[in-house]
Amino acid sequence: MGKKLVSDFLVTENIALNKTNFLIRLASDIKLPSISPGQFVNIDINKSNEIFLRRPFSVFEVDYTNNLLSIIVKILGRGSKKLTEIQPGEKLSLIYPLGKHFTIPDKKDKILAVGGGSGLAPMLFLARESGLPPENVDIVIGARSVADLVDVDSYRKYGNIQFTTEDGSTGTKGFVTDHHLLKNEMGKYDKVYACGPDAMMKAVSSMAKKAGVFCEVSLENLMACGFGVCLCCIEPTVKGNLCVCTEGPVFNINDLKWQI
Amino acid sequence: MADLGVKIHELQLKNPVMLASGTCGFAEEINDFYDVSQLGGIFLKGTTPRNRDGNLYPRMAETPSGMLNAVGLQNKGIDFFIENIYPRIKDYNTPLIVNVNGSTVEEYIEVTEKVNELDKIPAIELNISCPNVKEGGMAFGVTCPGAEAVTREVRKAYKKTLIVKLSPNVTDVSEIARAVEGQGADSVSLVNTFVGMAIDAETRRPLLSTVTGGLSGPAIKPIALRMVWQVAKAVKIPVIGIGGIMNTADAIEFLLAGASAVQVGTALFKDPLIPLQIIKGINEYLEKYKMESVKQIIGGLQM
Ligand SMILES: Cc1cc2nc3c(=O)[nH]c(=O)nc-3n(C[C@H](O)[C@H](O)[C@H](O)COP(=O)(O)OP(=O)(O)OC[C@H]3O[C@@H](n4cnc5c(N)ncnc54)[C@H](O)[C@@H]3O)c2cc1C
Ligand SMILES: Cc1cc2nc3c(=O)[nH]c(=O)nc-3n(C[C@H](O)[C@H](O)[C@H](O)COP(=O)(O)O)c2cc1C
Ligand code: FES
Repeated sequence: MGKKLVSDFLVTENIALNKTNFLIRLASDIKLPSISPGQFVNIDINKSNEIFLRRPFSVFEVDYTNNLLSIIVKILGRGSKKLTEIQPGEKLSLIYPLGKHFTIPDKKDKILAVGGGSGLAPMLFLARESGLPPENVDIVIGARSVADLVDVDSYRKYGNIQFTTEDGSTGTKGFVTDHHLLKNEMGKYDKVYACGPDAMMKAVSSMAKKAGVFCEVSLENLMACGFGVCLCCIEPTVKGNLCVCTEGPVFNINDLKWQI
Repeated sequence: MADLGVKIHELQLKNPVMLASGTCGFAEEINDFYDVSQLGGIFLKGTTPRNRDGNLYPRMAETPSGMLNAVGLQNKGIDFFIENIYPRIKDYNTPLIVNVNGSTVEEYIEVTEKVNELDKIPAIELNISCPNVKEGGMAFGVTCPGAEAVTREVRKAYKKTLIVKLSPNVTDVSEIARAVEGQGADSVSLVNTFVGMAIDAETRRPLLSTVTGGLSGPAIKPIALRMVWQVAKAVKIPVIGIGGIMNTADAIEFLLAGASAVQVGTALFKDPLIPLQIIKGINEYLEKYKMESVKQIIGGLQM
C-alpha cells in the first residue's frame, strides 16, 4: 500500500454550482502526490462538534503545478451541508490519497462514463485524465431536473456530454438508462464507468453486463476511517467482504454480488 | 526528554501510548502514515481460529461525540495471519499484541497456542468483551465464572504476557478484574465498547444491521475513566486504560486514574497522527512539572 497523508489544506474557493452542489478548491502547502480518478479524500468537517467522523469525497480536479485539489460536494445531510458553508481562507484537514482508481482506458478505447448525484466529480475527472480523443468519450449525466444539473461546459473538450432529466426539463426525459447511448449503443464501448446513486449504478451495470462490456462502478458505502482499519465500509464480493475504502471504491461489476 | 518507558508485566514499552484493537488494522495501515516504531505498542485486529465474515452492512453509525460499530470480528483467521500478515509486520520495532477471540474456551486456546509459537509477539490480549458476536465474546466477560474459566485455560496455554480485555457492560467491573487477576492474568485492559443503538426516525429502522452495536469515542470517556480508576484500586496487576482518548489531556487523566498505559482507538479514524501528538504531549507535561519519568504520574490522582 502507498504512503498516505494527513494535512491541512487552505480553502481557496467555494463556488455554488447550483442550489445543492458546491465546488470547493483546496490548496496544499506540500507537494501533492499523484492522484487518479476514483480516488478520494476524507475530510474533517471541523466547523461542527457534532460531526465526529470525517466525510469522504472523490477528487474532482488536481493541479500539480499549484498544488490545488478540488471536490464537488452535494448537500445530503448535516456534514455535507456544513462543508458547503466553508469560506475561503479557512482550513480543512484531509486524509489522502485514498482508495483505488478506475482502470485507465487503453489508447484506442471507446468509453462511456455515467454520473448522477454525487457521482459527477469522478466521472469528469476520468474523462479528463483518460488521455483519449473527445470523440472516444461519451458522458451521460442524469438528474431529477435541469435545476439539479451543474454547468459542465468546460468539460466538453474532453468528451461528448449528454444529459437526462426525470422531468424532461433538459436532455432526454427519464433516467440515464433511458438515454439512447445506453439503450441502443452499449455494445460499442470498450469500457463503461458509473458513479452515483446505487439504483443508477445497478441499472447501468445490468445493461453493461447484458452487452458483455467491461464495467466499473464507484461505491459510496458509509465509512468511519477511510483507510482500511475499521472494517465498517465493507461490500460483499466474490472475494468475500472487502473494504470499499481500500479495495475500492472502484469495483468491476463482475466482482460484486449485485443481483443484476 | 523525560523517561516515558513503562512496563506491563514483562512487556517493556518505550512509551505508554498504544493503539487499540480493531482501530488500527494489522499496523501496516498506520505505517502507511508514519513509522509505527514510535508507538508504545499496537493491538492488532481481533483474530479468531477461522475466517469470519463479520456482520452485514451497515456496520457503523455516527453518534454525538462518537460512533457505534457492529463489525462482528471480521478477520481471516489465525492461520491466515501467521502465514500472510505476520511475516510482513513482525519486524516493526514496537510490541505487536494479538487480540485473541473465540466462541468457546477451546477456540480461545486454539488461537493462543498458535500465537505462543510466534517469537515476535510478546503478549496477547484476551478479548472477552466483544459486544458484536452472537457466541463467546462478551458472554465470557460479563460474569465472574465465565471470565475466570477462559482466563484460567488460556493462562495454562500461554507463557508470555497475558492481558485480559474487560467489558464495561457489567455492574461491577472491578469484580471481574479481580476474578481474572486471580486466574493469572498479567494485566487488564479496559474498556471495550458499550452496547448501544441508533434509530433512523425517518425510516423508523435501526441504523445498524445488528440493531445494537458498540459505542466508542469521546462519548464514553468519563465512564471509561471511572472504571479504570475503580479497577486500578482493586487489582495489583497493571491496568491499560482505553475509551475515548482523543488528546494528551485525556491520556494523562487515564494515567492519573491508575492506568500504566493507554490505548487510542476511535480517535485514529479522526486523525491517525493523534498518538504521536499524545506521546509528545506527555513529554511536555512531564517537563512542565519537572518530572523525570511518566511513572510519577501513574495513579497520581490527588484527592
Ligand atoms: C468514496 C466516496 C466518494 C464520495 N464522493 C463524493 C463526491 O465526490 N461528492 C459528494 O457530494 N459526495 C460524495 N460521497 C458521498 C458523501 O461522502 C456523503 O454524501 C456524505 O458523507 C454525507 O454526509 P452528511 O453528513 O452530509 O450526511 P449525514 O447527515 O451523515 O447523513 C444524511 C443521510 O445520508 C446518508 N449517507 C451518509 N453518508 C453516505 C454515503 N457515504 N453514501 C450514501 N449515503 C450516505 C445517511 O445514511 C443519511 O440518510 C462519496 C462517498 C464515498 C464513500
Ligand atoms: C470499529 C471498531 C472495531 C473494534 N474491534 C475490536 C476488536 O476486534 N477487538 C477488541 O478487543 N476491541 C475492538 N474494538 C474496541 C476498541 O479496541 C476499544 O476498546 C473501544 O473502541 C474503546 O476505545 P475508543 O473509544 O478509544 O475507541 C473495536 C472498536 C471499533 C470502533
Ligand atoms: S472505512 Fe474504515 S475500513 Fe473502510
